[in-house]
Formats: sequence, C-alpha cells, structure tokens
Amino acid sequence: MPLIEVDDVSLAYDTPAGRVQGVLGATFNMEESEFLCLVGPSGCGKSTLLNIIAGFLTPTGGEIRIGGKKVSGHGMDRGVVFQDFAQLFPWRTALGNVAFGLEMKGMGKEEREEIALQQLKLVKLEKFANSYPHHLSGGMQQRVAIARALAYNPAVLLMDEPFAALDAMTRDDMQRLLADVWKTTGKTIIYVTHNVAEAVYLADRVIVMTPHPGTVKAEIPIMLPRPRDPLSLEFLEHQKQLLNYLGQGTSKAA
Amino acid sequence: MTMIAQTGANTGLQDGKTPDPAKRAASWRAIRRAAITIGLALATYELIARTGSFPRALLPTIPMIVRTLFAMLLDGSMLMHSMYTLYRVLFGFFLAMVVGIPLGILMARFRRVEQFFLPLVSALMPIPSFALVPLFMLWFGIGNLTTIIIVFYAATFPMIFNTWSGVRSVNPLWLRAAGAMGADEHKLFWKVIIPGASPFIITGMRQSFLRAWIAVVGAEMIAASNWGLGWVIFDAKEFLNADIMLASLAVIGFIGFAFERLVFGSLERGTVMRWGMMRSAKS
Ligand SMILES: Nc1ncnc2c1ncn2[C@@H]1O[C@H](COP(=O)(O)OP(=O)(O)O)[C@@H](O)[C@H]1O
Ligand SMILES: [Mg+2]
Repeated sequence: MPLIEVDDVSLAYDTPAGRVQGVLGATFNMEESEFLCLVGPSGCGKSTLLNIIAGFLTPTGGEIRIGGKKVSGHGMDRGVVFQDFAQLFPWRTALGNVAFGLEMKGMGKEEREEIALQQLKLVKLEKFANSYPHHLSGGMQQRVAIARALAYNPAVLLMDEPFAALDAMTRDDMQRLLADVWKTTGKTIIYVTHNVAEAVYLADRVIVMTPHPGTVKAEIPIMLPRPRDPLSLEFLEHQKQLLNYLGQGTSKAA
Repeated sequence: MTMIAQTGANTGLQDGKTPDPAKRAASWRAIRRAAITIGLALATYELIARTGSFPRALLPTIPMIVRTLFAMLLDGSMLMHSMYTLYRVLFGFFLAMVVGIPLGILMARFRRVEQFFLPLVSALMPIPSFALVPLFMLWFGIGNLTTIIIVFYAATFPMIFNTWSGVRSVNPLWLRAAGAMGADEHKLFWKVIIPGASPFIITGMRQSFLRAWIAVVGAEMIAASNWGLGWVIFDAKEFLNADIMLASLAVIGFIGFAFERLVFGSLERGTVMRWGMMRSAKS
C-alpha cells in the first residue's frame, strides 16, 4: 500500500468575487521515502494542494490518506516548510525555533535542545544555534525552517517553494544540502516548485500540473543516479521533457 | 516605530551584539545636541528671569529653583510626594495592563467580544480623564482611590487598542507553523500570539504610561490631599511659591523621562529590538 494517497482532490475558494477553483481532481500516490516534486505554472494550485495535504485546508471534494487513514487537520506526522522566510519565530533563537515542536510535545528542555542541536548540525548551522533569525541570511533561515520541520520526526516533509526567494547560487547549495538531508533521514518529501531544473535535480518522480484550475497532467519518473549533474546530457533531456509538458519547450516533440 | 518585514535582504551573518564604535559616537553626538538645546532653553529662561521685569517670586532664577529642589530633597518631602505619585500611577497603570491586554486579545480573537466592546471603547476613549475628576471625587472621595481610577481610565484605552491591533497583525504563517508543530490554543496564545504581538503591546505600554503620568498629576491637583507631585504644585499657588512649582515640575519631567528611557527603552531593547521585530530609526 502506498504511504500517501491523493484521491480525486478538489478545492474551490469562496471569495467575494465568486468561487475560484484552486485544484480540480488531483490524483496520485506516493511511496515511503520517495522524493516527489509538484511542478506547474504559477497559480495552478500547487500551494493549495500542499496545504490540503498538510491539513491546513479541507478539500471540497475527494480525500487524502496517509498510511491508509484519512487526513483531517494538521498532525505531527507531517512537517511543513514555507517559502516565506518570515515563517521562523523572530523572538526565538535558531535553537529555540527548532525545539518548538518538541516543546509542544512536552519534552524537557535539556533533551529537546540536544535534539534541536543535532537537527541544526544536519543543516550545518550548529554554530548559529544562539542567533536570532534576523541575524541569519535568507538561506540560513530556510535551513533553520527545515531543521524545525524535521525536529519532531514527522514521516512526511512538505515543502512549498522553500528556495524560490533565494539567489541562484544559494539555491544550488540549498538543493545539494536538501538532497543530502533526504539521503540521511530517508523522509518522504513532497516538494512544490515551478523551477524545472530544481525538480529534475531533486525528484524521484515529478508530478506535472496543468495551468489553472490545476489537475495532474503527467507523472514523470527521474531515474538518474545521484548526486546528479545538472550539466549532463540526460539531465538536460529530462529538463526539456518537463518543459514540453509545461508548454514552455522550444520544440513540440519530447 | 518601524516594523521590519522578515523577508528580503537579510545578509548579516553574525550575531551583531558587539557595539559598533560609529554608532556609539553617533549616540554621543545626539546626547550633545540634546544638551545644547536644553542648555539654550535654560539660559533664555535665566536671562528673562534676571531682567527683573517680572517679580522674583513669580519668576525665580534657576539657582533659586535648584536650592528649593535640594531643600525639598534633603528634608525628604520631595521623596514622599514622588512616592505617593508613583504609587498611584503604577497601581493604575498595572490595573490598565491587567484589564487592557487580555481585553485587547479577546477583542482580536473573538468577533462577538470585538462587536460588544469596540463601540464602548471608541465612545469612552476621547473623554479626557481630567474632565472626570470632579465626578469621580463625588463618587469616590478625595485621595488615592479617585486618583488611581483616573489613572486607570487614562491608561486602559491605549493598552486595549494597541494590543487589539497587535494580535490582528500577528503573521498568520507563525500560527500555521505553530499549529503544524502541535501547538494547542493555550500554547498558541502564550508562545506565539503574545510574543508575536509584543511590538504593539510594548508601544501600548509606553503610550499608556505616558497618559497615566499626565493624568495622575492632573488628578492629584484636585483630588489628592497633602501628598503627591500634582498636589504640591497646586498647593504652592496659595503661597505664590513658584520655585516649588518649578522644582516639582522638574521632578515630574525627570521621572517621566526616566520611565520612558530606562524602563520602556530597555524593555524594547531587550525584546523586540533584539529580535529584529522593531528597529531604531536610521540616522
Ligand atoms: N486564499 C485564497 N482565496 C481565494 N483564491 C485563492 C486563495 N489562494 C489561492 N487562490 C487561487 O487559487 C489558485 C491556485 O493558487 P495556488 O495554490 O496558490 O497556486 P500556486 O501555488 O500553484 O501558484 C489561484 O488561481 C489563486 O488565485
Ligand atoms: Mg504557491
């Protein structure tokens, strides 16, 4: 049985201007420890779908099952990383941020700080444990956010364009780091992006979504060996194939 | 007050606690400039007082005022007056926080509470607390009770309003992240909403204290007997003691300034400025 089942999920937003379809009948499955990328043009409903899986939004149609159980509301089996750097609590140090989830579980101070420090080591930020977020660069803040989402050991990590606001060079470093983190932790990751190269670099499988109202258009496995070389011919072939699906390719045929 | 959005160009990598010598020099320059302004104002006063166009008793020279101030400090009377005033202001201010902060939070969290209290708050807030002193004297008599209630009245509304705004401005992403990490309502309140709203809450405390301090002196003038900085000023008019009035005014100004700078200034530096949720104005 797959770990995550997204079963014909739809959501319509009620707005003053009328109903806006966020996602429309998205269906796919996911295995444990799989790295899945959701790719699609801006506004197609990637964030909406991720927020439904996270349990922040309730679908107006269909359902999500994790481990066979229907999702209702958020839970500690999922960790979430957002795009906005402001997701960290500015009044807590990096360590305090990472320890938050464990604190909510009622774990003692010493124990949770020890675990939080290990998590910071995982994202190579142990030296900045006592720094406040506003003294950290954007890339570092996102690494703290990743450590924070992993600290209470959820089965699934949900990430919504976490590196989209970073400069290209930092983004490359972050992708390498995330690939390492995934390798060491073996987490099941759903990663939203509109960047095709990012998807090819990270994913085991890419779900391509149609433009608004978004639904699943194609599922493309990426079988390349890791660590991947973004300049290799196969890598570029995959990138081209994805761009074609998105209707942004230079040639019609894949 | 400037709020920093946490997005964007945060490139500083080190925990910047070491004092920057350039900043230090700039703050000394600011102090010197302030000293020059105040010095000039005092010199102008002294000059006018010394022309002799006004009776000395009504416009005493600065050395006379300083002598009176020292005499009142030495015989302990100024200390007693200050203590009475501080007791009243802190009591009323404390009550204002105890009522204003929770009420502001409830108003921001529950529509019903907001709908009930907002019209009341909007209607009561513009009434100057001083205008209520005679009425409260009829109800509560002369003394501590009336002055404390006046202080409470003056201080509560800024506290409510700022807390209400602060809670509504808490970044929804923090609530979402905390919820995902298993925070229940109680934890959300103490660990996210209160610190998240703290820039506004601290601003509310500042405004609230300022209004309380203004109100207490006014209230004491007519609703206090024998003790209090407001009372001593009002009492001094019977004997044309302008020096006592001016000496007391200096103490009032000094205490107010000390609270503003030392108490609220360090509270702000130790919390919201340290966290980067608020910063000092640039140059
Ligand atoms: N809170 C909301 N209220 C109304 N419409 C929304 C809301 N959030 C998103 N939408 C709409 O739903 C669609 C999908 O949005 P979103 O999931 O954010 O797309 P993506 O993340 O792929 O850019 C868009 O048309 C967007 O305008
Ligand atoms: Mg999005």
